[in-house]
Amino acid sequence: MNRSLYRSETPFAVSRTRRDFLRDAAGLLLGGAVLQASPFIRAESTRKKRKVVVVTFGGGARDQETFAPEGQENIPHMLSEMAPQSSFFTHVTNQGILGHYVATASLATGVYETLNNFASVAPEHPTVFEYFRKELRRPSSDAWVVAPSNGFHRIGESEVRGFGPGQGARVILPKRLLGIASAGTNADFEHLLHDNYETPLYTPALAGGEVELQQLEMILKLSIADFTSHARSLSSPDELSLYIAKRLMREEAPSLLWITMHDIDVAHSGAYSLYIDGIRRTDRLCAELWRVIQTEPEYAGNTTMFVLPDFGRDSDFDAGGNGFQHHRTGDPASRTTWMMVLGQGVRHGVVYDTPVQSVDLVPSIGAMMGFSPSQSSGNPIRELV
Amino acid sequence: MLPRDLKIESFASYPPEARLLLGKHLQGIRRLPMAFVPSLLREVIDYDYRFPLERSVLEKELSTIGGLPDSQVHEWFGSFASISISPSLENFDWVNLPAQFVEKEAAYLWSTHQLDAFRKAATDYGDRLDRANQPEPLPVRRLGIAVVGQGVATYDQPLFRNLRKHGTYFSNVRAEGGLGTLFAVLEKRSEAHPAPYAHWYVDGGAARAVNAGITTISYDALTPLRNSLLKRMQTEIDRPGMGPEELRTVLARMNPSDLGITKNADPVLSRFEMKLFTEGSGTQIYSTTFAQWAARETLRRAQALTLLVRFAPRQRQRPMNELLAGGHGDADLDPDGSLIDAEMGAYYHWIDQQRLPDAERSGFIAWFEGHGSAVAIGPTMPKGAESNTAVEMEHLTSSVLT
Repeated sequence: MNRSLYRSETPFAVSRTRRDFLRDAAGLLLGGAVLQASPFIRAESTRKKRKVVVVTFGGGARDQETFAPEGQENIPHMLSEMAPQSSFFTHVTNQGILGHYVATASLATGVYETLNNFASVAPEHPTVFEYFRKELRRPSSDAWVVAPSNGFHRIGESEVRGFGPGQGARVILPKRLLGIASAGTNADFEHLLHDNYETPLYTPALAGGEVELQQLEMILKLSIADFTSHARSLSSPDELSLYIAKRLMREEAPSLLWITMHDIDVAHSGAYSLYIDGIRRTDRLCAELWRVIQTEPEYAGNTTMFVLPDFGRDSDFDAGGNGFQHHRTGDPASRTTWMMVLGQGVRHGVVYDTPVQSVDLVPSIGAMMGFSPSQSSGNPIRELV
Repeated sequence: MLPRDLKIESFASYPPEARLLLGKHLQGIRRLPMAFVPSLLREVIDYDYRFPLERSVLEKELSTIGGLPDSQVHEWFGSFASISISPSLENFDWVNLPAQFVEKEAAYLWSTHQLDAFRKAATDYGDRLDRANQPEPLPVRRLGIAVVGQGVATYDQPLFRNLRKHGTYFSNVRAEGGLGTLFAVLEKRSEAHPAPYAHWYVDGGAARAVNAGITTISYDALTPLRNSLLKRMQTEIDRPGMGPEELRTVLARMNPSDLGITKNADPVLSRFEMKLFTEGSGTQIYSTTFAQWAARETLRRAQALTLLVRFAPRQRQRPMNELLAGGHGDADLDPDGSLIDAEMGAYYHWIDQQRLPDAERSGFIAWFEGHGSAVAIGPTMPKGAESNTAVEMEHLTSSVLT
């Protein structure tokens, strides 16, 4: 047996590769050398207008298809347009359960959630949206989630006493919206509507429908006809999500906006080319969103954008998995990811190797926006606050 | 129930040969921790339908475990013993449903943050077992062949990038007759070293005719099985209360006869074929995924001495519901995307081969069908080298095993 095949792939080795590559390719600085006073101290006066947009780089992507040298061709926009403007964290660890709903819930609560990934349940701890709204006394219109599948419809708020129903984010499910809007028509939107790739046969049924249509018309200021007409020009669920997110930003301008992408998760089908297509599309959509943030009057100059995968995918060399196809082994490649932070108060072109955890996201957002996520088990990321 | 409570009657529902095997090794198994035993039983319960080499590996494993003095049992299994298992898992019918138990156990380990400890325990155990059971010498050095890119007229991106660093890249292989040469090598090896399930041919489309000593599976030939399974899955999910986990249980319990496989079919091979679809993900809809997964399972389970995998164009991406509905025999194909899938599939084929005994002496060829690009990996092939010299396919097949 060829033991050399099982090379030591530690989280540190994974993150070091990212750092070296970014430093060489994008000319970025190493963070330790420039760590000084927080940029957010200088930005204190603008805190009231501060907006935060979080994008989960959908469905989990590995280094060798993104930030490693052999993956750079798949992320031209993030590399050339976004990385030079960002603080890049090379070593983000997810120590929780690697299922998309539960991992996104963990990101949103700052606690490694243990809920059933495929069940229609609320997060077990208060979400960032609940802390934000409660402490800063923000209306429901100020926190939104754009989520990929019906299984995410409860991501916006927990059932925790003192927080809970009515105090979290409003959740919009673009595919569900499209499904309702196009019901009874002959339009073929199937390519935009498949629910998820981990259990492709199941789409959790949700009650209602009228409320969503009201969202379309009252909040997004979109007629059903315009919405379905535009949807015809889109090729993937994530493009639909971005379209809705842009409408929300224009019409509602939420201060806390969370967008979960998931096209990349087509990798579960085992077709490598489709996985790569998903990464390239997500790269393009992230750059497009960043451009919107810089040009929308409500967002330009006062917004911090976080881009991070919820987790990675299995290594080619772990015999317990099947490489890129799944995220089941819990090996370092599947647990270790990166995070790119851009915009207001963020140092440009800096790479940080310091290990951070997925659950540190919420406390960091809290420190930026001025609320305390008391039940989070994470810590504010020193380099950001 | 705990392992120490096991009796031979506990296995009354097991197939006959598995029951006999357990009777022989029960004392050894009863000493083992709860976190480990269902994983072992998951292998044993299918013993009657395992390939000869798998059977031999399992017998050796059980003998090794049974032969451990009590003092070493703790050394080998102490880390499994320190994994906590919930009472509800202990009360689960893990004896009769070991595969389902392992699924539930995995979810429990994730949720209790014990997965890393379990992974380490499993890896350490595998290493000990490898050291204790040295493999038998192979009758012939192993050879893997991956043929990719069927139906692609031109492709201007560099191919086999992952494989090149492990062998020599040839850019000027004479394409004419190349496929025939590769099949001739497969046939010659199967004739020279005949053994059940030792020489395999996997095709992502329609298989060519080969001699009877070669175990052949193809995506096209398995279309009725695939459609039957998809239909059965649709029926199951329409039932009230059915969810993803319940469906997995149904699939795990399925027999070839449930899907219309005739009784006179080879029971070992037909179960293997069924599992490619019930355990694989995406194998039901994409032929490239099928070919890759079949190669992986052929190497992992049968430890094929020769494996030729020929990828074929898969259907183009369509809505998942449509793909899963099946029955689209003349679906639009995606040759270019399939080439990229197959290139990665060839890389995984080589990785899977490297996990087997005597890997350092094995040979591997990946070839862009109908074109001059190929990579050849073998003990004496220079690594990371390139050659633009005109060569025949015979040169590659002989070079990788010298």
